[in-house]
Amino acid sequence: MNDVITTKNLKEEILKGGHPKYHEKNKEQGKLFVRERLKLLFDDNIEFEDGLYANCLAGDLPADGVVTGIGKIHGRTVCVMANDSTVKAGSWGKRTVEKIIRIQETADKLNCPLFYLVDSAGARITDQIEMFPGRRGAGRIFYNQVKLSGKIPQICILFGPSAAGGAYIPAFCDIVIMVEGNASMYLGSPRMAEMVIGEKVDLETMGGAKMHCTISGCGDVLAKTEEEAIRYARNYIRYFPNNYREKPKAEAPKPPANFKKEIDELIPKNQNTPFNMYDLIDCMIDEDSFCEIKKLFAPEIITGLARMDGQPVGIIANQPRVKGGVLFHDSADKAAKFISLCDAFNIPLIFFADVPGFMIGTQVEKAGIIRHGAKMIFAMSEATVPKITVIVRKAYGAGLYAMAGPAFEPDCCIALTTAQIAVMGPEAAVNAVYANKIAQLPKVEQAAFINQKREEYREEIDIYRLASELVVDDVIEPNELRSALISRLHAYMSKYQVFTERKHGVSPV
Amino acid sequence: MTKIKASMAGTVWKIVVSEGEEVKAGQDVVILESMKMEIPISAESDGVVKRIIVQEGMFVNEEDDLLEIE
Repeated sequence: MNDVITTKNLKEEILKGGHPKYHEKNKEQGKLFVRERLKLLFDDNIEFEDGLYANCLAGDLPADGVVTGIGKIHGRTVCVMANDSTVKAGSWGKRTVEKIIRIQETADKLNCPLFYLVDSAGARITDQIEMFPGRRGAGRIFYNQVKLSGKIPQICILFGPSAAGGAYIPAFCDIVIMVEGNASMYLGSPRMAEMVIGEKVDLETMGGAKMHCTISGCGDVLAKTEEEAIRYARNYIRYFPNNYREKPKAEAPKPPANFKKEIDELIPKNQNTPFNMYDLIDCMIDEDSFCEIKKLFAPEIITGLARMDGQPVGIIANQPRVKGGVLFHDSADKAAKFISLCDAFNIPLIFFADVPGFMIGTQVEKAGIIRHGAKMIFAMSEATVPKITVIVRKAYGAGLYAMAGPAFEPDCCIALTTAQIAVMGPEAAVNAVYANKIAQLPKVEQAAFINQKREEYREEIDIYRLASELVVDDVIEPNELRSALISRLHAYMSKYQVFTERKHGVSPV
Repeated sequence: MTKIKASMAGTVWKIVVSEGEEVKAGQDVVILESMKMEIPISAESDGVVKRIIVQEGMFVNEEDDLLEIE
């Protein structure tokens, strides 16, 4: 501490963060200083902070290792908490925790988004009585996060570790952006894993960004650099209102990207042949407006924010190019969270269905595919935002249900001319119904019989027959789909619905 | 050397490369049939097919090895 404390030189010292050797270490790891990160996150810089002088008499704990305050992103007021990894590795003491709790309370009162810039080794064990167990201990951070969930957007950018209890900050955020190579989440470090359970493993394998964004699903976006991660976060928030009472703002409409083929050429007539669903999405949305979430996790379903005619929408689409577009436990989980995110913040949902159904077999039954599938159907049923279902090709079995089929009160269910809705496809259905009959027939007659029955089945589930029975609300040529969706989106903007009255549903988990 | 694995449980429908053949990243090497769908499996990197482990008609589980690329 200086002999003569003046506000000016004390403030200057605090703004420098921790000891220069920790700044050096940061640089070696390709990490930016917390105040550099904040400059990139905000239009200008953080406008004001609370608790800058937290623990200022300790001398070596500037701001007690966390910056909390307010700034503007695209002109909108947002709150932030950002760990300073140069101060005791961003660990939490009593005042660190109090500052985080207070900025959460501020965001709650102001009804504005809250960004968590996480880079922290976890609790300071030496301070545990003051910061761990009590009413305003670290547990309160997570309690507040749960309370704020769905009320204001909560965005996490993970630049370094988020260890043990700290790993629950990302877990309760709407979205987790992880910087490859530096970001990690884990309950027990590799050292602890070796001591306690005898497992020898490195950090990257156990809790690295790539693992979490591809396998565990705890991470949503894998960024190569800190700059890329911050750019993603700044773009992401543009699709959201400040809180659940507001609607997301439209931006200037743009035509879709130029695509080499007509839409009807890119959808194969044979239901069993894969195609790339991203191509269809590109033809539907405004150019460069796709902000994909969980791109690397369960890629058999695509979830992302986009704009149509400038209006933010949430897209859920089966991807026939990966695993046939079949729904798995992970894909159902991924869709459930995304649907709930969009519904919370009044972002209309568009489902593009091309789905053979939920996966079957021992492996997925053991993984609990039924309860995971139930999660998706639960979230989709509860969603009261405008809900538009497009049957692109097949929608078989519970796949139709999960993709907001007619029974789940979409505002409309549109079929493309290539659509096929059924309990199962013709091949499987004929086998299921006529297996005994086929076995009794002489070998030479079997193929002809099967083909005849398949043809009859196809007629039975013909899309115009379903349209005639009012199962679908419209049948549309693929090339007319975008303009049809835009008209309906505009019309459905005034939708207001209360799902039902009760305390809350008992969500399958 | 990388092993190409089955992305999901199903039957090996077509093996579209042969041993010794050069392949490019993203190129389909095996097509599975599962849930009545064609499931293309592609190479993750450029290389030469060293060994084909499965045969057409075989059942494979998710994560089972299909072929080796060097």
